[in-house]
Amino acid sequence: MTGQLTPNGRFGAFGGAFVPETLKPALEELEAAFRQMADDPAFQEEFQTLLAEYAGRPSRLYFARRLTEHLGGARVYLKREDLNHTGSHKINNTLGQVLMAKRMGKKRVIAETGAGQHGVATATACALFGIPCEVYMGAEDVERQALNVLRMQLLGTKVIAVTSGTRTLKDAINEAMRDWVANVQDTFYCFGTAAGPHPYPSIVRYFQSVIGVEARAQIIEKEGRLPDAVLACVGGGSNAMGMFSGFLDDASVRLIGVEAGGDGVETGRHSASLTAGIPGVLHGAVSYLLQDDDGQIMGTHSIAAGLDYPGVGPQLSYLKDSGRAEFVAITDREALEGVRILALTEGILPALESAHAIAQAAKMAPQMSPDSLLIVNLSGRGDKDVHTLAGEVG
Amino acid sequence: MEELRGTERLAATFATLKAEGKRAFIAYVTAGDPDMETTKELVLTLEKNGASIIELGVPFSDPVADGPVIQEAAGRALAGGTTLPKVLETVRALRQETSIPIVLLTYYNPVLRFGLARFACEAAASGVDGVIVADLPAEEGGVLREPLDEMGLALIPLAAPTSTPERIQLIAEKARGFIYCVSLLGVTGMRADLPPDAAALLERVRAMTDVPLALGFGISTAEHAAIVAPNCDGVIVGSAIVKLIAKNLDDRAQMLAEVGAFAREMAAAVG
Repeated sequence: MTGQLTPNGRFGAFGGAFVPETLKPALEELEAAFRQMADDPAFQEEFQTLLAEYAGRPSRLYFARRLTEHLGGARVYLKREDLNHTGSHKINNTLGQVLMAKRMGKKRVIAETGAGQHGVATATACALFGIPCEVYMGAEDVERQALNVLRMQLLGTKVIAVTSGTRTLKDAINEAMRDWVANVQDTFYCFGTAAGPHPYPSIVRYFQSVIGVEARAQIIEKEGRLPDAVLACVGGGSNAMGMFSGFLDDASVRLIGVEAGGDGVETGRHSASLTAGIPGVLHGAVSYLLQDDDGQIMGTHSIAAGLDYPGVGPQLSYLKDSGRAEFVAITDREALEGVRILALTEGILPALESAHAIAQAAKMAPQMSPDSLLIVNLSGRGDKDVHTLAGEVG
Repeated sequence: MEELRGTERLAATFATLKAEGKRAFIAYVTAGDPDMETTKELVLTLEKNGASIIELGVPFSDPVADGPVIQEAAGRALAGGTTLPKVLETVRALRQETSIPIVLLTYYNPVLRFGLARFACEAAASGVDGVIVADLPAEEGGVLREPLDEMGLALIPLAAPTSTPERIQLIAEKARGFIYCVSLLGVTGMRADLPPDAAALLERVRAMTDVPLALGFGISTAEHAAIVAPNCDGVIVGSAIVKLIAKNLDDRAQMLAEVGAFAREMAAAVG
């Protein structure tokens, strides 16, 4: 089910492929390759083996007892994507896409990265398969995520600092697309999130759906029933789509996406595209966007580099409009409190991105009865953020 | 020719040139770079010095098909407060002084935000003749093509060296005005060497359609223009002109003189 491609890549009024003509044939080639590989048992076997033996799947569904006691309400479970190799959910997608690149005979892989987690995961997969890799990263993110820059370099990847525009994820995607336009014949663009032009939203969701599929089976095994809600942070939305896709057909399960409220949505300094945006086209798809009255893309802010993006995946936009998923915004301040609570109650330092989802759980759980169940997607670990945290906490 | 407009004006321009055994020199400037008053003077200067068609860039914050020269021009224009309504106002003002075909080159989001039907209506009323949307491939273009068709304006498609025969067929079927043939794999900008893919692309598109073919991306010298011109109906030059603008931001007279001289040279090489 999760491998399905929608016609023209549409999710209701969202999605599509709005790209320069030069790239359109490459997207068609990618779609054809994806269709073939999704049905190819040999590909599936190699991919599943990599997930199990290299990435360390299945990731644990962990009952957070002390966090639950601290919050005094719903039982809170954590889907431990932070335990994956490279420390986040991103490895699921990059192993899949780089395996595709190898089978398509591509000579070079490029990627963009915000927090660096996708960059590190792409660099890792490329090292594993022996394919040269270059990663575009906003100059501001190069500074605030220095540890991940070093990791990518150690893995043999060239990190290119992007100084145009807002110097963050949006501009890294622009530069990666320009590179792809120029080198499309032998280069594979390993897109990092469930956004971008068709077929990327479907491909990334497919490779990340393992999160939700596992979580659903694990909670049923542990609790004998479905959760009341699942929560995930939303930048572009790959970990959210991964988690949600396991529960889309379970109408009783609330799907809650947590966006970056930055200094507060009312201040205008945030990255909450679904909460405060308007549908438009950026990076190849119709989706909710932070844009001004003239259709220019607005600058964004989040303490979490991985959420600092003015757009969002088209399927999440569709889930918002259809009412299937709910979206809320958590401020920088609340996210920092989320880091603190999880570190002190469970001994787990979450990524600042994931801390947004923790903070939302901390708001909701006390309002819920002790027999209700929440699953929070702990999409990544916080080692990369210690520099930022030192500035905030120290 | 004054009474013609839109797709018809573009067709008439190419037909007249063809009858004279000439090609169109299509000159690009970003509207509002560095300000609208200068843009108007640049358009008139380009026309006076031999441009047959003007491409007016409507700046966008995230121009993925453009290289640094045009991206920086868009940045200057946006910093100066350029918006789509102001570009349309400028075209309306220019129409008091010139009947040269004017096509807008932009990205989809500013047009979508403005409203597709409203855009078609107001662009026609302003005297715009056609529109090129860099990130709108043929499949997705229908919703804009329909209102533009109704107003008699051209939605000019792009064809690339990577375009498959099936895609070129589709592009040719949907084309109005002319087909913007992208000479190389890459973004806009000047190149030292002539794009090797250009001739093959022109040949492949020509086999499918009689719509005029204009070649763009990377053409920056009269020498290059003279070599590629015989194979197409028009040559598009952007970054080389924008670079002259950027170089002379402090001296408008010098800017106009240099752009004029360059246009003269290119028009001679293309014609």
